[in-house]
Amino acid sequence: MAAVRRSKPNPPTLLLLLVQLCFLSSSIATGNGSGYAINGRVKIPGFSDKGFGLPVKANNAKVILNGGQQVTFLKPDGYFSFHNVPAGTLLIEVDVIGYFFSPVRVDVSARNPGKVQAALTENRRGLNELVLEPLKDEQYYEIREPFNIMSIVKSPMGLMIGFMVVVVFLMPKLVENMDPEEIRKAQEEMRNQGVPSLANLMPRSG
Amino acid sequence: MGSDGKKREGKTDQPSLEFSDPPPPFSLLIAMAMAIKLSLILLFFSSSLIPTFSLFEDQVGLMDWHQRYIGKVKHAVFHTQKAGWKRVVVSTEENVIASLDLRRGEIFWRHVLGANDVVDKIDIALGKYVITLSSEGSILRAWNLPDGQMVWESFLSGSMSSKALLTVPANLKVDLDSPIFVYSGACIHAISSIDGEYLWKKDFASEGSVDVHQLILPGGSDVVHAVGVTDSSQFDTYEIHVKNGGLLKHTSASFPGGIYGEILPISGDRFVVLDASRSVLVLITIENGQIHLEQTHISDLIHGSSGNTVILPSKLSGIFSLRTDNGIVFIKVTGEGKLNVMERVDKTVVISDALPHSEGEQAFALVQHGDGKIELSVRLVHDMSSNHLKETVKMDHERGFVHKIFINNYVRTDRSHGFRALIVMEDHSLLLLQQGEIVWTRDDGLASVIDVATSELPVEKIGVSVAKVEHSLFEWLKGHILKLKGTLMLATPDEVAAIQKIRLQSSEKSKMTRDHNGFRRLLILLTRAGKLYALHTGDGRIVWSTLLQSLRTTSQQCAGLKLHQWQVPHHHALDNNPSVLVVGRCGLSLSSPSALSIVDAYTGKELQNMGPVQHSTVQVISLPFRDSSEQQLHLLIDADKRAHLYPTTPEAANIFQRESENVYWYSVESEAGILRGYGVKKSHSSDTPPSEYCFETRNLWSVVFPSESEKIIATVTRKPNEVVHTQAKMIADEDVMYKYISKNMLFVATVSPKASGPIGSATPDESVLVVYLVDTVTGRILHRMTHLGSQGPVHAVLSENWVVYHYFNLRAHRYEMSVLEIYDQSRAENKDVLKLIVGKHNLTTPVSSYSRPEVTTKSQSYFFTHSVKAISVTSTAKGITSKHLLIGTIGDQVLALDKRFVDPRRSLNPTQAEKEEGLLPLTDALPIIPQSYVTHSFKVEGLRGIETVPAKLESTSLVFAYGVDLFYTRIAPSRTYDSLTEDFNYALLLLTILALVVAIFVTWVLSERKDLQDKWR
Repeated sequence: MAAVRRSKPNPPTLLLLLVQLCFLSSSIATGNGSGYAINGRVKIPGFSDKGFGLPVKANNAKVILNGGQQVTFLKPDGYFSFHNVPAGTLLIEVDVIGYFFSPVRVDVSARNPGKVQAALTENRRGLNELVLEPLKDEQYYEIREPFNIMSIVKSPMGLMIGFMVVVVFLMPKLVENMDPEEIRKAQEEMRNQGVPSLANLMPRSG
Repeated sequence: MGSDGKKREGKTDQPSLEFSDPPPPFSLLIAMAMAIKLSLILLFFSSSLIPTFSLFEDQVGLMDWHQRYIGKVKHAVFHTQKAGWKRVVVSTEENVIASLDLRRGEIFWRHVLGANDVVDKIDIALGKYVITLSSEGSILRAWNLPDGQMVWESFLSGSMSSKALLTVPANLKVDLDSPIFVYSGACIHAISSIDGEYLWKKDFASEGSVDVHQLILPGGSDVVHAVGVTDSSQFDTYEIHVKNGGLLKHTSASFPGGIYGEILPISGDRFVVLDASRSVLVLITIENGQIHLEQTHISDLIHGSSGNTVILPSKLSGIFSLRTDNGIVFIKVTGEGKLNVMERVDKTVVISDALPHSEGEQAFALVQHGDGKIELSVRLVHDMSSNHLKETVKMDHERGFVHKIFINNYVRTDRSHGFRALIVMEDHSLLLLQQGEIVWTRDDGLASVIDVATSELPVEKIGVSVAKVEHSLFEWLKGHILKLKGTLMLATPDEVAAIQKIRLQSSEKSKMTRDHNGFRRLLILLTRAGKLYALHTGDGRIVWSTLLQSLRTTSQQCAGLKLHQWQVPHHHALDNNPSVLVVGRCGLSLSSPSALSIVDAYTGKELQNMGPVQHSTVQVISLPFRDSSEQQLHLLIDADKRAHLYPTTPEAANIFQRESENVYWYSVESEAGILRGYGVKKSHSSDTPPSEYCFETRNLWSVVFPSESEKIIATVTRKPNEVVHTQAKMIADEDVMYKYISKNMLFVATVSPKASGPIGSATPDESVLVVYLVDTVTGRILHRMTHLGSQGPVHAVLSENWVVYHYFNLRAHRYEMSVLEIYDQSRAENKDVLKLIVGKHNLTTPVSSYSRPEVTTKSQSYFFTHSVKAISVTSTAKGITSKHLLIGTIGDQVLALDKRFVDPRRSLNPTQAEKEEGLLPLTDALPIIPQSYVTHSFKVEGLRGIETVPAKLESTSLVFAYGVDLFYTRIAPSRTYDSLTEDFNYALLLLTILALVVAIFVTWVLSERKDLQDKWR
C-alpha cells in the first residue's frame, strides 16, 4: 500500500497498513527534517497468498531505492519500508533472483505531505497501493529437449544416413520401375547438357 | 590548442595517435570480402534467431565458476551454546553480514547491505536473532539466525549525528520482553527485541552536548548506565530506567585537561581514559553517586615512554591495555583504584576481548607474530602470570600480521575447556584456530578486488609417453561412449552422474599449461589489502598469492592502485616469465609517494621492489613501446605533472626520447570541470628535472566546461588493447561505411550541477545531460549531444567507433541507453572497387590528428529496465566476431546484450535489404532475455566491474566479473562457429562412419550378387 507514515512506527503496524489502502496522509516525519517513509509490500504469487513466509528463493530479496541510494530487505510477510526519504520522484527496484519486477516510479509530494503515487515504469500502469508483483518468472536455463528420434534424424549424421539409404535402396527401385527407353532418353539429354548426373554414377542396369 | 601545431603522421606504433593503419587497397578488398563472408556466416547463424548466451542447467560449472566471499571481518559473534550447527556471525568492511559454519567456514547465509549502510555493530539477541546496527546507528535490523530471513527492521531517528552503540542484554529468558538499547543520534533508544517495536527514547541533546561513550547494562538491575563526556572537559554519568527511559540520576565531574579517545570500562563502576596530552591516565570511579577522578602520569608507570599512547579497545575486566611506542602494557586496576603494570608485550601483539569462562573467570587471548608462525596464548584475567593455554601455529608468510582476534570457548568431551580463535589477517583472510591447528581458512581478501590483469600460462613441455596417450585415448573413448549412452537415454542414473563428473572435472581445463584455444589463463587480481592473487581460469583455484612487500615497508597506509602488464614475452625474451607492474600509493593524498613493484606472473615472486619512490603517481600510462627484453615502457605522471619513465634503463630512455614527440595523454579534473591534454617537453629547461628518467610536460590544450551548467560525471576511453578487424562496415545494398576508429577518442558526460544528486532531487527541466566525443590529442570536440531532462549516473562503454551509455531519463522516469556511432566521411567516396584497384583513393593518405576529421554520427536511444552498475563489451582476438554488451545490473547479474539491439540504424520498418543485413526492427525498449544472463542463476554480490579478455579462439571471449563475489565464464557472442561445441558427440560420428562403411560393404556384396544373377539369366 502506498502510505506515508511517521518515521516512528505505530504499534499495530500491520493493521494500520491494511487500513491505509487509499492515499492516507500523515504529518511530516519527525527527526532531521525532510525525511519521509515509504512502505510497501512485495508479493510473489503462489507463496504470499498462503500467508506468512516467502519462498526460500526470496530470502535474498532486496528492494533498492534510486539505484542503490538505499537498500532494504523484506520482512517474512513481504513488507518493506524506506525511511528518511526526501520528497521527489523516486525509483524503486525489486531484486529477487528468478523473477522479473518492473521498477516503480514513486512520487513523494512535499507540498501535500504523505501523498504517494506509484506507477510501474515498464507498462505505465498506476498502482493504487504499493504492492509489487513480478511481471514474469525468469528462467535462466534453456530447457533440454527430451531425446527423440527426430533429433538424430535431423542431425547432419542422420541426414547423411538418410540420404545414403535413399540412394542405395530407393534409387535402384525407381530406376527398375522406369521404362528402359525413358532412362536412355534421359541419359542422353543429360549428356547433351553436359551436366554430370547421378545416373552416370549408378550401377549400370539393363 | 597545442603550442606546437606540427602535423604528425599517424603511425601504428604511436602511443596516442593511433588511427588504425589505413589498409592498402588489396587488403581492404580482402577485408571487405572477409566482412561479407562473415556477415553471411553471421546471417546464417542469426537470420532465424537472435543469438543469446544460453545454457542448459547441466552445463553449469562446465566453463564457469562462482566464488562467494564476505570481505574483511570487523565484528564476530559466536553462537555455540546450543546443540546443532555451531556458527559465527560476522560483519565485514564490505557491508556484508554472514553466518559461517564454524566447522568448515562455509557461508550459511549472507546479506550484502547497501553501500551507504555501513554496519556499526552486531550482536545476537534471545539466542535466535542476529541484531545489526547500521547507517550510523539509524537502522536496527534483526535477522533470523538459522536462515537469515529479516525478522524486523526499525528506523531510529536522532537529533544529531553521534557514534553508534548497541547493547543487547545477555540473559536468555525469552519470556521477558528484553529491550535492546541503542545509542545513536545523541539519543538512547530502547527497542523490543521480539518485534522491533519502539519502547522509548531518551534524547541527550536536551542535556547539553553530551557525547555518550559507553552504554552499560549491569546484570539483574533495572538501570542503564550511560557514560559520556561533555565538551571533552566534563564526565557525565546517567542512570536511566530500563522500563520507561526516565532519568534516575545524573552526576558529573569536570576535567579541564580534556580527553583523548574513548572511555574504556574496566568494571561496572570504573572507567579509564587518556587526557588530551596523551600522557596522563584518568581513572574514573563512581562511588555513592559521586564521580572520583584519579590521574596517573604514564611516565610514572612505564619508564621511558613518550607520546602516541593509545588505550586499546579490548574489554578485559579489571585490566586494560595501553599501546605505546615501545610495546603494549597490561595495567591492572586494583580494588583501591591503584594502577599496577602487569606485563609488557611486543607492539605487534593483538588482544581479544575478555570472554566469561568457568566460575566467573574471564579469559582473553593474545596472539603474537613469529617467523613463519603465530603464537596464540589464552590467559585468565585474574591470573595473568601464566598462560592458560599456549599454542603455536604455522602460518603462511603471505598472510602477513594478525589484525584481529575473536575467541570462543567450548567444553571438550573430557569436560575440560578448550578455546577456538577466529583471526583476521593482514591480507583480510579469515582463519579458525583450534587445538594448535588451522581448521579452515577463507581468502576473503578476494572480496575487494581493485584491478585485474591476465597472464598466459607456461607452454607445455614436449614429451608425452605412449602409455599416457593410450590411456587418455581409452579414457576419451570411454567418456564418449558414456555420453552417447546419455544422449540415447540408455544410461543408468549412476552413469549419468559419471557423465556429469567427467564433464565437470575434466583435467584438461585446470592444467597449468597454455592451451590451444587460449581458455586457460591466470587471472591476476590486486586486492585492497595489497595482496596479489593469481587464479586459474579453469577452476578458479588460487595458484599463488603474494603480499606485496613494497606496500608494507613504511608505517604509512599503502594501498595498491593499478595493475599493468609489465613484460609479456612473445618473441625475444621467451625465457623470461611474464610479469606485472603494481602501482600503489603510500598515504591518502594524491601527492603521497608511490610504491612500485614488479611481480612474476608464474610464481608470484616480487622481482623488483621499488618501495616508496620519491614521486607521487596520479596517472599511469602504458606506452606502446617495448625494450629489447620486451618490458613495456610506462609513464607515471606525478601530482606536479611531471612524467617519470619506467623501466629506468638507458635503453628505455633512448626509445622514449626517440618517440617522445608522439606521446600524448590527457587528464580529467572532474571538480574543476577541465580536460587537459599533455605532451612531453622536448628540450630540457634550465631547472633540470631530478633525473634523466623524469620529463617535464607541457599543456597542449584544455577544454573548460562552464561550471554553472556542466559537471563532469563520467569519462570513458577505448580499451588500449582492443583489436578492430576492419574499418569498413558493409551495409545494405552493398554499400560501405567507414568507421572512425581512433584510440584517442574520449567520451565525456556532463550534467547540470543541480542534477548531479540522486534521482528525484532535480526536476526534468533543470537537468540536462550532455555527452561529448573528444579527441585527446588535439582536444577537438568531435561530437556533442544533449539529452534534455536526463541525469546520471552515467555508465558507458566505448569500443571501435561506438559508445553505449546508460543514464536516467527523468521525463519518462526510466533508464535509457543510447548508442552513438561515429563514421569517417573522408573515406566515404572509396566505394568504387575499380578506383580502389587503380589506386585512385585516399586510403593511404596520412592520417593526422591535427587534420580536421570529417565525421558523421548516428545515434539512437532505447529504454532499459534496470539500474546498471557496470558496462563492458566482449573482446575477441581478431575483432571479427560480433560484440555483446555485458551489463552488470542492479541485481548483481551480468546480462549479455547483442550489439545489434543498440544499432542506430534500426528503423521501425526495415527494408528487405536491411533485414537481410540482420538489422532488427526498432523497439522502444531493449529486451531482457533471462537466458542471456551470463551469470545465469548466480549473483555476483556487490558487483563492481566486468573484465573481458580475448581467447585465442576468435569466437570466444573470457568474462570475469568481480565484486564481493567472483564469477568467471567464457562466452561466444556469435556461437562457437570455429570449434565444435562441448557436447559434440564424437562417438555418434564414429558410429555413423562405421555404419556407412558397413553399408558400403553390404551394398557392394548385394550388387555383386545381383550382377552374377543377371549374368546367369
